[in-house]
Amino acid sequence: MSTDRDDLLSRLLGPVGPELTCEQCFDELDRYVEAELAGGQGHADAQIPGMHAHLDGCLACREEHDSLFALVQSET
Amino acid sequence: MGHKPVVCAAASVIPVPSAGSTDTDSQALLDALRADGHVREQAIADLHGLLLRGARFEVRRRRAMMRAWDGDDLDDLALQSADDALVAVLAKLDAFEGRSRFTTWAYKFVLLETAVKLRRRPWQGRELPLEPEQWPRHADPRASPTDDAERTELLAAVRRAIDDELTPHQREVLVAVALNDVPIDVLAERKDTTRGALYKTIHDARRSLRRRLEAEGLVPASDKGEPR
Repeated sequence: MSTDRDDLLSRLLGPVGPELTCEQCFDELDRYVEAELAGGQGHADAQIPGMHAHLDGCLACREEHDSLFALVQSET
Repeated sequence: MGHKPVVCAAASVIPVPSAGSTDTDSQALLDALRADGHVREQAIADLHGLLLRGARFEVRRRRAMMRAWDGDDLDDLALQSADDALVAVLAKLDAFEGRSRFTTWAYKFVLLETAVKLRRRPWQGRELPLEPEQWPRHADPRASPTDDAERTELLAAVRRAIDDELTPHQREVLVAVALNDVPIDVLAERKDTTRGALYKTIHDARRSLRRRLEAEGLVPASDKGEPR
């Protein structure tokens, strides 16, 4: 079970493994979301390595990803 | 057909692509945006309508998550976001490579503009908390006693590592964003820098913390790479 302390540790220590920068995340976000919607997260992660880790580590980019995913999904 | 009128079906002459449309539709809108005269003017109006739809979507989505927000000026915020995103999209039109649908590409600009404005809104005029505020002091009732003891030990080690290993700038940024929930865009604005620069600082700080914790045997060794 995830606890408040787990969440805090996750925020402080961040993701493990290579990750994109915020700028690279923005550049690839549209392609990543479309890949997710077309073939699932595993497919998208294979297309754009490092995106998933960045979204785990950067709350702002995560929120924008979630919004773009929801918006595009709502129009599909 | 996969086409959606953006502002008004009667006024729109450009087939703005929907999420289910084809690359050909994106190309048609791009061609219109790169054209001259009335065709370009109409395409820009359609694009603005598309962006405004995205901005309002984001406002509704965040408002639902933060019900205490006063919404009187939120439509103005959506309109300003659409205006700013329109400028950004038109400036970067040549950078669109067709690797996604044009709609999806354009939406990310307006979602960014809207999200940043909404994040800044509750912090206007407020001093930012840059010192540690939220260290948990009590046992977590949802965790087992063993897990809770391990988390307590790890958190204590992280606190020591923050004090010992980080530069004052790294400490300030990590504490504000990761511990005190200051939005990274708000901190970037106050420090006259960018989200990307602050995230790099956070990334480097996290690496330093992990190295210390690994040396103490508190976390397994990781292959922590640089942002690409």
